[in-house]
Amino acid sequence: MERKILLKNVDVPGIRTFEVYRSTGGYDSVEKALKKMTPDEVVEEVKMSGLRGRGGAGFPAGMKWSFIDKKSGNPRYLICNADESEPGTFKDRYLMEKLPHLLIEGMICSCYALGANTGYIYVRGEYKYIIGILNQAILEAYEKGFLGKNILGTAFNLDIHVHSGAGAYICGEETAQIESLEGKRGNPRIKPPFPAVVGLYGCPTVVNNVETLANIGFIVNNGGGEYAKYGVGKSTGTKLISACGNINNPGVYEIELGLSVREFLYDPKYCGGVKNGKELKAVIAGGSSVPILPASLILKTAAGEERLMTYESLADGGFVSGTMLGSGGFIVYDEDACIVRNTWNLARFYHHESCGQCSPCREGTGWMESVLHRIENGHGRTKDIDLLVSIASKIEGNTICPLGDAAAWPIASAIRHFRHEFEEHVLHPEKCINSTIRQFDDVTIS
Amino acid sequence: MLKVTIDNQTIEVEEGTTILQAARLIGGAVVPPAMCYYSKLKDSGGKCRTCLVKVAQGSARDPRPMPKLVASCRTPVADGMVVQNITSQEVIDTRKAIVEFLLINHPLDCPVCDQAGECDLQNLSYENGREESRFEESKRTFKVIDIGDKIQLHMNRCILCYRCVYTADQLTNKRSHGILYRGDVSEISTYIQNDITNDFSGNIIDVCPVGALTDKTFRFKNRVWFLNPMNAHRSCTKCSGKVTAWMRGDEVYRVTGRKDQFGEVEEFICNECRFEKKDKEDWVIEGPRNIKRASVISQNHYLNARKPSVIIPLENRTESLEEYAKENSNENKIS
Repeated sequence: MERKILLKNVDVPGIRTFEVYRSTGGYDSVEKALKKMTPDEVVEEVKMSGLRGRGGAGFPAGMKWSFIDKKSGNPRYLICNADESEPGTFKDRYLMEKLPHLLIEGMICSCYALGANTGYIYVRGEYKYIIGILNQAILEAYEKGFLGKNILGTAFNLDIHVHSGAGAYICGEETAQIESLEGKRGNPRIKPPFPAVVGLYGCPTVVNNVETLANIGFIVNNGGGEYAKYGVGKSTGTKLISACGNINNPGVYEIELGLSVREFLYDPKYCGGVKNGKELKAVIAGGSSVPILPASLILKTAAGEERLMTYESLADGGFVSGTMLGSGGFIVYDEDACIVRNTWNLARFYHHESCGQCSPCREGTGWMESVLHRIENGHGRTKDIDLLVSIASKIEGNTICPLGDAAAWPIASAIRHFRHEFEEHVLHPEKCINSTIRQFDDVTIS
Repeated sequence: MLKVTIDNQTIEVEEGTTILQAARLIGGAVVPPAMCYYSKLKDSGGKCRTCLVKVAQGSARDPRPMPKLVASCRTPVADGMVVQNITSQEVIDTRKAIVEFLLINHPLDCPVCDQAGECDLQNLSYENGREESRFEESKRTFKVIDIGDKIQLHMNRCILCYRCVYTADQLTNKRSHGILYRGDVSEISTYIQNDITNDFSGNIIDVCPVGALTDKTFRFKNRVWFLNPMNAHRSCTKCSGKVTAWMRGDEVYRVTGRKDQFGEVEEFICNECRFEKKDKEDWVIEGPRNIKRASVISQNHYLNARKPSVIIPLENRTESLEEYAKENSNENKIS
């Protein structure tokens, strides 16, 4: 029996409007939190729920909240990170498009818990149409007294502003997002200090993903203990997975954490199996920056256990034979996919999106892309493969922000699991199984 | 006071000191190289990653090692911290890789570059670089741009350390200098070719660790190792007037700030002193500057140079420690 938290009412007609949303029990949590609970009680409930950040890193949300500096007396801010730019991830877009009020409800409760009187929603520049949806929802919330001064007659004030990014992947990194919100160049800051102490305008700030905040309403309504009953172990609750690639039913699915990868991939309720009856070749399980896994390792761990859709199970085996749940971008490749071409495509993306601040990422991403481009176009040499591994290992862990890691992991893992394919590309480039679509070879980006 | 151990040498420093500053207090080989950090510029550092060090013990209270290498220029020390710089193979390997990264888009045109001989990147790659390049693709290229009438920008040579950006931002009251674009095509620029007209703009030449920003009044006039750096001063209404005059015979070829042993200027100087006073009569020459013996600038300038003596064990030593240190110091006066 599948249980849902976020997308329970997504099919109710008109759920995007305040009236319909309210009639399905929406905004009850705001009433409960503001009138019956103290901010610390809300934080405790979120801690108890075990909710982990849904943006990719999976850091416990309640813990993140408890780091916020309350002693300084400076105003506190909540930023909702809606700069969803990871290739393969499109769950936040779906959530904001269908259920904008769910996010706003979660933000009100979160701001109350953090003592923040201003919240920002930083929306990816490409999601222009969503800004209109969010603004409409915010306007309705203001009219009904759920935003603004003295919300529901209490002393709590809150304003939420929607801010549009300009299409930079790096602005999804929390400190770069803060810089961008301040009107500066979106360069990640050097940590420490962490945003919970010195964040937006030098004030304590919490940055949370859309999906994380959307869960807060349920937790306040039903208690953290109830939320923790969903999922398994330390992976509590549900997760939105955006499935794409060579599958029968691409789309956004809400799954309870603990579902097996096999069921998610082959059940007609979810992905419905690989398209056109082909064989599964590889899966990127959590958005483009997590390591790719071959079919043999994605369904079962190296120890032979069934792999589950949880933070722990997907990471089983470390980076040698595991991956990460990440942001939930589930990309499936069938037997015809060319791993070299795919890896080059990802390298091109990270090269384009590197902010250029620190040297390993700025120079290394471009270097990896050009080496991969050479291999993909039949000019590679066998030593290039080891060169790539060497470059990736020197970028990883030596950069200011995680973009360097995100660029290095897919390449290192593709070579780890599909080395033979890279070698085949070097020795017999004309035999590439994907040679029919190679007319786009000359496409370069500037 | 906090106790920190760097490469087995312990020192007590004040709270808020970074690992790099503590290492500089110890001095010698334990000082990590820094290409972007500049102690006189706020917010600088953390970008080039050449100063990465290993923290083997976080603090006395929490002895866990830090999971990744940290940028020593931006990481404050904690009491009981144990840091490994040249005693860690991981740090040495990483530094080698960083030098390789910095050089892949660098034109390596040292033979025609004015900075050669006093270039931080040259020194860094001499000490930590590889012998051969593994990078075969074409390098990024830019056109040479004039920033005002006295400064020239060779963007090809730039390693994007951001020092000049912080200088222009913090030393002058109107920001007219910044970074354009993103990633490895980003470039420093005065937007839409605006001149930098501030009186202290010339300092961006001094802070540049490579030959990206050069002095047009000195361009191609001479090589630094043919010149004698002399301490000189004049009474100036804008700055302290304390400079290094680079002379050959009686001619002043160029004027720069006085750089300390870490390549940082002691005081920023104004454009008038830097660009316009090129006459010996303008300056009171104090005497030669101390230059590191290892520097190419010092070549052929030493008088009475002698081979370093054999290290005599302390108990057999007849001279006092100060005398011994003086005689064996690797800093000598230039004639």
